[in-house]
Amino acid sequence: MAGLSADNMKMRAQLKGDVVEVKVLMSHPMETGRRKNDFDQLIPAHFVQLLTATLNGKTVLEAQWGTGISKNPYLTFRLKGAKVGDVVEVTWHDNLGESAAQSIVVTQA
Amino acid sequence: MRRRDFLLGILSVIVLAPVNALAALWNKSAFESAQLAEATKHLNIDVEIPSQDIEIIVPERAENGAIVQVEVRSNIAHTEAIAILVENNPTPLIANFMFSNGAEPYVVTRIKMAETSEVKVIVKAGHQYFTHAKNVVVLENGCG
Repeated sequence: MAGLSADNMKMRAQLKGDVVEVKVLMSHPMETGRRKNDFDQLIPAHFVQLLTATLNGKTVLEAQWGTGISKNPYLTFRLKGAKVGDVVEVTWHDNLGESAAQSIVVTQA
Repeated sequence: MRRRDFLLGILSVIVLAPVNALAALWNKSAFESAQLAEATKHLNIDVEIPSQDIEIIVPERAENGAIVQVEVRSNIAHTEAIAILVENNPTPLIANFMFSNGAEPYVVTRIKMAETSEVKVIVKAGHQYFTHAKNVVVLENGCG
């Protein structure tokens, strides 16, 4: 099942100057619900709706997504005041009730 | 009620509760709107102020509309949220990002574009909304 495997997300969090840059690559089909399969049947919508990022457990980013985010979503965001050794966690939930979470420790770039 | 059933009852409540809470969080009416104006209305945006303090980095021409990288930075003080919309997509609202606790008003993501369109960004700062847009020429439809 998409979203439940341990390697669903590839993450990197690096301190560059005074900002931590977090890059996330998720594995998800992001089906719009408008695409048809080879038998001319609609493929049901399957997409990430909510994504949350925390820094040491404190929410820093909350995103709501529609079907317009590309397949295997990519995201970069930046955190001020984060240090090497801090923990960034990203969690997503999709419209079919699947979810995945992954955390990473901030390193020096 | 047997103790076991009671405990199972509690468990199912715990498991189900977050899903319902999330469904309530997601702005269904805005994301399902087929018109840009309708989507912004459902985001409770009334007046939009044009602003050059929003930087949008997109390709001028996208070979493949399935993957168009969009980079947005807001230089507007007290930016709380950045919404990305594509006017000519079947559902224009792509994403709404809300920043807190030291997150910079900056995001890079990849979006789908059905055809050549304006990529419109709306920034929320306090009770005001600011907007800026850039056009992307799409050579191959990316919505399937």
